[in-house]
This record gives sequence, structure tokens and C-alpha cells, in this order.
Amino acid sequence: MSKNPNITFSRRAFMRTTGLAGGGMLIGFNLFQACKPQVKPPIDLSQLDYNDFNAFIKIADNGAVTIFSPNPEIGQGVKTAMPMIIAEELDVAWKDVYVAQGILDTENYTRQVAGGSQSIRFGWDALRQTGATARQMLINAAAARWGVEATDCTVSEGVITNTNTNETLGYGEVVNEAAQLEIPEEVTLKSPKQYKIIGTEQRNVDIDGIITGKPLYGLDYKEDGMVYAAVARPPAFGQKLVSYDDTEAKAMPGVIDVVRFGEKVHEMAAENPRLSGMMGESEKVAVIAETTWQALKAKETLRLEWEDGTLESTEDHDTILTDLLDGKEFRTMRSDGDVDKAFAKADKVLERTYESPFLPHNCMEPMNFFANVTAEKIHMVGPIQTPAGTANMAAGILGRTPEEVHLEMTRMGGGFGRRLYGDFALEAVEISDKIKKPVKVVFSRDDDMNDGIYRMAIKYRIKAGIKDGKVIAYHLKEAAVNSNMYGLIPHFFPAGAIENYKVDVASYNSNITTGAWRAPYTNFLAYAEQSFFDELAELMEVDRVQLRLDLLKKVDAEADENIQYSPERMIAVIHKAVELSDWGNQPGNVYQGFVNYYCHNTHVAEVANVEIEDGEAVVKKVTCVVDCGIVINPLGALNQIEGGVVDGVGHSMYGELNFENGKPTATNFDRYRLIRMKEAPKVEVYLMKNEYSPTGLGEPTLPPAGGAIANALKAATGNRLYKQPFIKSPELLKPKQQEIIG
Amino acid sequence: MPTYQLKVNGTTSSVDVSADTPLLWVLRDHLDLVGTKYSCGIGICGACNVHVDGIAMRSCVLTLEQVQGKSITTIEGLSENGDHPVQKAWKEVDVPQCGYCQAGQIMTASAFLEENPNPTEEDIKNAMHGNICRCAAYNRIYRAVEKAAENMG
Ligand code: FES
Ligand code: FES
Repeated sequence: MSKNPNITFSRRAFMRTTGLAGGGMLIGFNLFQACKPQVKPPIDLSQLDYNDFNAFIKIADNGAVTIFSPNPEIGQGVKTAMPMIIAEELDVAWKDVYVAQGILDTENYTRQVAGGSQSIRFGWDALRQTGATARQMLINAAAARWGVEATDCTVSEGVITNTNTNETLGYGEVVNEAAQLEIPEEVTLKSPKQYKIIGTEQRNVDIDGIITGKPLYGLDYKEDGMVYAAVARPPAFGQKLVSYDDTEAKAMPGVIDVVRFGEKVHEMAAENPRLSGMMGESEKVAVIAETTWQALKAKETLRLEWEDGTLESTEDHDTILTDLLDGKEFRTMRSDGDVDKAFAKADKVLERTYESPFLPHNCMEPMNFFANVTAEKIHMVGPIQTPAGTANMAAGILGRTPEEVHLEMTRMGGGFGRRLYGDFALEAVEISDKIKKPVKVVFSRDDDMNDGIYRMAIKYRIKAGIKDGKVIAYHLKEAAVNSNMYGLIPHFFPAGAIENYKVDVASYNSNITTGAWRAPYTNFLAYAEQSFFDELAELMEVDRVQLRLDLLKKVDAEADENIQYSPERMIAVIHKAVELSDWGNQPGNVYQGFVNYYCHNTHVAEVANVEIEDGEAVVKKVTCVVDCGIVINPLGALNQIEGGVVDGVGHSMYGELNFENGKPTATNFDRYRLIRMKEAPKVEVYLMKNEYSPTGLGEPTLPPAGGAIANALKAATGNRLYKQPFIKSPELLKPKQQEIIG
Repeated sequence: MPTYQLKVNGTTSSVDVSADTPLLWVLRDHLDLVGTKYSCGIGICGACNVHVDGIAMRSCVLTLEQVQGKSITTIEGLSENGDHPVQKAWKEVDVPQCGYCQAGQIMTASAFLEENPNPTEEDIKNAMHGNICRCAAYNRIYRAVEKAAENMG
């Protein structure tokens, strides 16, 4: 086994073991601390108890292994993939492993967050180290029992063999002794060639529960004495509650109480911009009833009086964003060379503007949360992507300490970024505190769509200058509602490939709450840029794929630490996609669109195939080539990729939420179109094979899909699409008249 | 409040609820059968599909009056051990992402295949078009229905 030279942190800093009272061993470890060894633990390590760890392995004295998966599961498969990594290094058979969702106990410094497709990337080293350390301790215990060196022992699938005598011991037989041993400072990790679990196809660990309807989700959680709350919220952004009349509601069957709440959250929000950004401005009214239906029905009978503030409409946003793009007030996120000078020298200049609307997340399971606030503790249960931050805020609004919060995560019926925000959980906490009962807050679909934390509307303007057949300048401007691109996005391709390059951003503050939505910014930017490249290639009269390859060849990623995409890995996925999609060799009725993209540390190329059926362009197939390093669970990976592509196609085609005087114009799936079976293209996936550390898959295949279909639709119809959703311009989805005749 | 007799998964229970309470919420809140999911509540998404006398129907828009004397099957009662051919195919193909829509998808597929055991591609797509999967697991849903049809046929 080769020792991984990159890992130098001390295991003692992030894990501890203990014997279990009934026999067996518990290994607790802290994922975040392990990944970021420079982070100082908040309290003396010797004082840590197991509540300070966010992940555990339990080895019982019958050899059974339970892995408490630390990361929230929103459908991205980490609840399966992360334990697979531990089990690999621990060297147990996957079928003997039981995976349970970890419980969060008040920690504010962990990365127990499902967002940014980073769970696997951050966990990779720590999970392997933890598994390998446990394995080494078990071997050491067996070696001591036999009176031999640990190096005289081998291990496979939970059985340790003494190579001198061929005697064997199961993990369960030595686990009590192992629990007494010191944690070894050095362990060896397997090399990828030795993997027996990583890279194998494993089913979703909750599959049996899902297909038989077991209570896995937040909405399914119940406990004795629990009541239900339906919450009346302002119908429009910009409105505030003045007063309400609950006479009728209180007379409805099953109604227990009606309470006004929200003042505590707003007090705290005054000092905490993150909180104010997600809680809106108004107080709310909760109807408490014995059942969900009674609460939802009674809520409708409330007479509510609202005071109007600024009420915004989509038309306003449209004008404001265009004004921002036309204006001069920008923050520069990256600037190479001098774009203005270069444009002045250029032979040809291309400038295009791309527009996108607000999008709700529309998780299939509406927002909900359980809370029971008592003198002893704050018990919270539900679907949340940020358990640690939410627990802290819950404690904060009640003036309690984070140690008093006990938060359990359930499986989530989708996340897409929405469950990063704990607004719904804080509602439950505040209501339970008021009514002194265990309560579940349930959003109706209307509540969910109308009181969202949306993907903001954005416009991009891209300008490129061409001289002597080369792209010499590239200027990307972003105008967005509330917030702009962040992190390394300004340094994504084509940064580094064009001498004069600039990214400028501007934003406008709205009272409509916005936040992360699956693949923030890139979910729209990828389409804008990749449509633009296509048009650029047409203008330059060069092959579309060749243009991208030529640009990539100019990139020296070593020279710029902000450039984290790898031109070589990108070029490799491009070639593979060309080959697998049979790019450029299609029969006459098949039109293709090409995209390559890098985000979330993953390199992707997609080719969309469009055909004309009954005079309409239809997206039939998407070929998707992905380089996400080592693939932990190919079955789960393919699911993420297929879903990401179809989701990307669906939202580019149909997704749109507009506002009229602060009110969303759609409140349910009757007026909000989500992609369905007949519109979903077939997705063909290829995973690149290499030994790079694994990167995430929850997001990176979504952004390129919009660009791939836009480019294919252009090829099929002759029409360029500058506005999402594409369905908004139905005439552009039909071939141009002359092309039908000609 | 009126009393209704409901026959669900072979067991008859009596519930006292107001006449406008949809079957969905009776299943979830009164009978503790939470496998049937709430998502849109207006009959658009199919997450709440159950079988009523063998036909897939949206429980969020059914009143108890409408299902009096009928035999209701939920995901919990589709098979004894989770081994209905459709459930088996769902497992084999590893369909779910978040999994929330899948009970509804399975109920739609199982009623459909009962009616049409030898479906064409178009038949499957038409039959499943009424069920939204926000995670967009449509490729796998399609494959699983196809596989279930093979296994049943
Ligand atoms: S919840 Fe019944 S159809 Fe959507
Ligand atoms: S699997 Fe998530 S909604 Fe279908």
C-alpha cells in the first residue's frame, strides 16, 4: 500500500475512539476539522465529547459495522457514496455495512452542508483516513493478541489473518481491545488499484424504504402530541402585516390556536444580513390545528390586512437590469490586459445580451420542519441542508445556547439550494416557543412557490473582439438582482485563454428574497457563454469545436492560481464527446449543439441532438461526458448526471417565475411548467477514467445543458435564443420559413 | 363530523373527518400511511397517486365520499414485502434521486402495466407523463417501467 504523501494532519485532532458499554467500539470524527487542519477547535480537545463529532463508525462485537453518514442527503447520493469511502479503507464488505443518517449536535464549525457539490471533494481525504485508522487499530489489536507484528497481518473484508499461522480473527472479536488502543499517527491508504468498493455500482442505501413508502422525509415525521401549523405570509414581496381577524379560523374544526409571530427573527435579522435576506420583512400568522388539512383550510379563512411597501414587477427588473448593463457602475472581478484598447483595434466585434428570469426551487417535498421547544432543550427534526447554521440561529432567536439544540436531519424531497436556508425551521422554533407544544410547520405548494428564496433574474452582456482570425478581447458583464457571481466563477474558461479579458458585475437590491439555486450563476452563465462561442465561431467562420480547442490550448493554468480548470482535462472531455456523439456526422434531420463547461471542479462536455417533428424542434438526446476524477459509485453518479442534464434542459425550456406588484404570477404546478416524461431527452453518459481526487456531481452537468440545446435549436431552426425560458418565444422553436421551403 | 368507512390495503377503518378532507390527508394524518406524498395538492403532479379499485388516482383531489365502498391501495399495500415487479424493477434500476415522487410513480406504473402488460415506448411515456419528478429521473423511470413490463410478461 502506498502512503499518500499529501496528508500531513494529525488524526488525533479529528478523531477519537471509545469502547461501547455493551461491547464494541465507536469512532467519532470531525469531517471539517480533518479537511482544514488549520482551523482551531473551539474547546480543549480532551474535553470533547461525542457530540462534537459529526460522523461516526460503530463496530459492534458481532462485527456489524454501522456508518453514520454525516452529510445531509438531498438526493445527490452522498449518503451512499461517503460511507462507501469509509468502508473501502476500513476493508469490510459493503453488504455488511449499515448506513444511518448522522445526527447533528450543535456545532458551528463543521462542513455539514450539502451545497456546492463539495461533500465528496471535502470528505475524500478525511473519510479515507478515518476508515484506514480504524482498520489499523483493529489489526494492531489482533497482532497484540497473537504476539506478532502488525505487518505480519493482512486483512480482507473484516477478517484479519496472521500470515505466520494462517489463524484468523474477525473485527468483532478484537474490537473491544482495539477500542483501548492509542490512535496511530500514521496509516497507509489504499491505492486506487486496490479498491474493492469504490468504483462499484451500489444502490441508494434508502432504496427499500423509498419503494415501500417508509417515513423517511421531514413531512413524514410525527411524534405524540404534535400539532400542525400553516402559516399566512404576505401575498406580495414588499407587504407587511398590519392586523388580522381570526374569528372564523378559530371556529374551524380542529383549530387549536392562532398566533402572530416573527418578531424574534426580525430582531435578530436586524443584526444579521444573512438572516434578513432569507426571512423577508413581515411578521406572519400561524394557524395551529390537529391535522395538516385543518390547519391549511383554516389559514384560508384568516382576514389579513397588509401594508404595501415597494411592490416590484418583472417589467421593472427588466428595465433595471438593462440600465445596469448600459451603465458604468461595475465591480471588476477579473481584468487581464486592456479590453477597451483591444476592441478599438479589432476587425470585428460581436456583442450579445442574454436574459433569464427568477426561478423557484420547487422541491417536490414542500418546506416543512418540526420543533419542540421546552425548558430543557430545543428539539428540531426535518429536511435541512445547513443543520449547523440553522441550529445556531434557532438558539440565537430564543436567546438560548447552541448546546441546547438537538437537530435531526431527515431525508429530503429535493433541495436544489432551497434547503440551505433555514427560514422554515426557524418558523417552527418560534411557533413552538409561543404555543409550548411540539409543532410541525407545513408549507402548502402555494406557500412554497410564493415565499421562496429564488434564483435571481440575471442578464449577461458579452462582447468579443476578433483580429486576424483570433479572439483578442472578451468582456463579460453581469447585471443581477440582489447579488453577483462569486468565488472562482470569474476565472472559469475562457479566463486565461484570451489576452484581454474582463468580468464586470453589478446588482440591484430588491425586496424579493433570492439565494442559491442548483449551480448558482453558472446555471445560466454557461448557456450565455456557450451560445456566444457558437455565434463567435459562425462569425469567424471556424469550426465550433475547434474554436474551443484552440482557446484551451492557449491556457497556462500553472501561471495563474485562480485558474483551476485544467485545459488538458477539458480537451480530453471534448474529444470524447465528439467521438461518442458522432459530432458532425448526423443524418439530415438531426441537428447538434456543442458545449464544454467547467464548474464545481468538474469538467463536462455535452452534445444535444434536436430533431424536427411536426414542424417543431424537439430535443431528443444529450450526450454527456464527465470528468469528476475517481468515481465512487457509478450507479449514483449516472443518476446525478442524467438528472442534472434533464433538469438543465427543463429549466432552460420552461422555467420562469414572474412578478406583478410583488406577487409571483404562478403559485402551483398548474401555472408553473416543470419538465415531464415526454419532454425529457435520453441522456447518454460517459465517465472519464482517471485517478484524480473525486469531485462533486450534484450540479456540474446542469449548466451546460441549456447551452447545448440552445446551440442545437439554432442549428435546427436558424434561430438564436437569447432569452430563457425558450418556450417563451415559441416562434423561434420552429424552423425559419425559408428553410422549410428551400 | 361525518364518519366514513375506508377500505385501505385490505383493512377497513372508520374515520371522523369533515366532508372536504381529501383522501391524501386522511391517509397521512389519520391512518399513518405517509408513503403517499403531498406535493401540489391540486391534482397536477401525481405524487399522491393511489389505486382506487385498481385505477391510479390522485388522492389529493379525492373526497372520502368518492371512495366509499371502494378498495384503496397505497404504496404500503402494493405488495407484502416490497417485491411487486414494479418495485423490484425500481430497485434494480436504482431509480430514485431524492425519492419523494417515487411512490406516486410506482403506483402509476403498476396500475398502468396491469392494464397494458406489453406497452410500446410511446405507451410508457404517455402513461408516466402525468407524474412530475423534480429531480428529473425520467430516464430511469422509463427504464424501470420497461423492465417491469419484461419481468411481468
Ligand atoms: S399532490 Fe396530488 S397530484 Fe400533486
Ligand atoms: S426523485 Fe426527486 S422528485 Fe423524483
